[in-house]
Amino acid sequence: MNQMNATLTRVGGVNLLPLAVALVAFVLIGAPSSWMTLTVAGLAMGMMIFLMASGLSLVFGLMDVLNFGHSAFVSLGAFIAATVLAWMGGWLGSDSVLLNSAALFIAFTAAILFGLAAGWFFETVIIKPVYSDHLRQILITMGALIVVEQAILAIWGGTPMSVPRPHFLEGAFLIGDVTIEVYRAFAFLLGLIVYLALYFTLNRTRLGLLIRAGVENREMVEALGFRIDRLFIGVFMAGSALAAMGGAMWAGYETLITPSLGAEMMIVVFIVVIIGGLGSVEGTLLGAIMVGLVSNYVGFLAPKLALASNMILMMIILLWRPNGLRPAVK
Amino acid sequence: MTLLSLTNMQTNIGEYAVLHDISLTVPEGGVFVLLGRNGAGKTTTLRSIMGMWRPSPGSVMFRGQDITALHTADIARLGIAFVPENMGIFGGLTVEENLVLATAKGKFDRDRLNRIYRLFPALEKFWTKQAWSLSGGQKQMLSVARAIIEPRDLILIDEPTKGLAPAIVDAMAEAFREISDTTTILLVEQNFEFAKSLGRDMAVIDDGRIAHAGSMADFVADRALQDRLLSLSV
Repeated sequence: MNQMNATLTRVGGVNLLPLAVALVAFVLIGAPSSWMTLTVAGLAMGMMIFLMASGLSLVFGLMDVLNFGHSAFVSLGAFIAATVLAWMGGWLGSDSVLLNSAALFIAFTAAILFGLAAGWFFETVIIKPVYSDHLRQILITMGALIVVEQAILAIWGGTPMSVPRPHFLEGAFLIGDVTIEVYRAFAFLLGLIVYLALYFTLNRTRLGLLIRAGVENREMVEALGFRIDRLFIGVFMAGSALAAMGGAMWAGYETLITPSLGAEMMIVVFIVVIIGGLGSVEGTLLGAIMVGLVSNYVGFLAPKLALASNMILMMIILLWRPNGLRPAVK
Repeated sequence: MTLLSLTNMQTNIGEYAVLHDISLTVPEGGVFVLLGRNGAGKTTTLRSIMGMWRPSPGSVMFRGQDITALHTADIARLGIAFVPENMGIFGGLTVEENLVLATAKGKFDRDRLNRIYRLFPALEKFWTKQAWSLSGGQKQMLSVARAIIEPRDLILIDEPTKGLAPAIVDAMAEAFREISDTTTILLVEQNFEFAKSLGRDMAVIDDGRIAHAGSMADFVADRALQDRLLSLSV
């Protein structure tokens, strides 16, 4: 096993796993255009899940908080963005890319701002009293998720809500004989930009250094003179805002959302965080792309296994690497 | 001149009182050694000073200021550094990142850095390596270096020689001797030979109580006292 790990590390390590999965799928699928379409869909899905999960991974790793309510921010982001987009129907339907972009920007900003505010409230009122008590964290955050779901039900009703897309993100473009949806390409690009921003913040700034150190040893960060509790609030709010942004993207992807969206996404988000390794943004990206690709490939090759594919993937990875693919703490 | 004083300090962990009525005065300058067997309360004393466990009742005064209720980070900012028993290094960070995190403004003072390179040459050699890949001795060096990368008034060091090779222990003693020229060290140790080569003042803690306090020279000279307290405590 050690020999295998050493060889794997030499050729690029676990970062090559998505490539390996894609190659195996290419052989199994046979048709290059179908494979390409599924791969793009998987990458786009992975990037959206990454947006939702990256904050949870940091919160999990840095604060040791099991926040089962994280997906409430996904739901809130989705519904707020959908509502703002519905209000701005005129701009969305316009042929002007500028108006389309402005509407999208306003909707995303609203979702992010609400995510920040909800994150602050959640951390201050709900999480803070249950630090270092995992059982209570699970109970209270699941309770909060139910409350948020019911609040969404009360405000937006139980009927599935349709989500208008900006005109410029509708349709598809062709590369050779492969059709690629514009929205998927946009989701991939946005996820990539967010990943690069997170990577830069975590690896090239003092704030990032503090967060990475805090993931490993909170007490020692405090002993060096930093108030980790204040860092906690900031990270929690940023994580919530990312989840809300992910929810907004997901809403546009699905085009029809229900109040149970958060609960449905919760399992996937947790699987990604566990596969990736706690507290690691790189790990979360890797886990999210793996989940996105495997879901799409399995959905095409063996539809009956589609629902179980994520669980099977998690089991295989945890048997191989019990701490996930790229845990922050070695 | 008194730098740190603990008065009637009691620290509870859960339901258990680990420290009982600890009173201790650490003068400015030199190395003050706190001796004691495993579980005597040495680490709890250091953690109580750092605000990681809150003493109640009792008080901790630093330079005449009551720091008993202060947050750990605020205590650290007063100029107290802590080198824990497990070294507390950040394994996923490089040697450089571990040190830069301990600087006040994210920038190194070149003179201080050169002093660290001179005291611990291995750190310069492994500057860009992740700290988890260092040996036990190198990790301890990094932990101490982090404490002296900025000017401090007091460094609390918890059992720095534990599990280290004799050569590393000698290097560590040399470094502490030099550091104590400018900074007071409160050193918790079980290794009496190491402690007596460094200590100017000392105390023995046993079962959460101060069993003896005085100068190291007097203690080393008094074999009867040593036999009584060290057989009890070390």
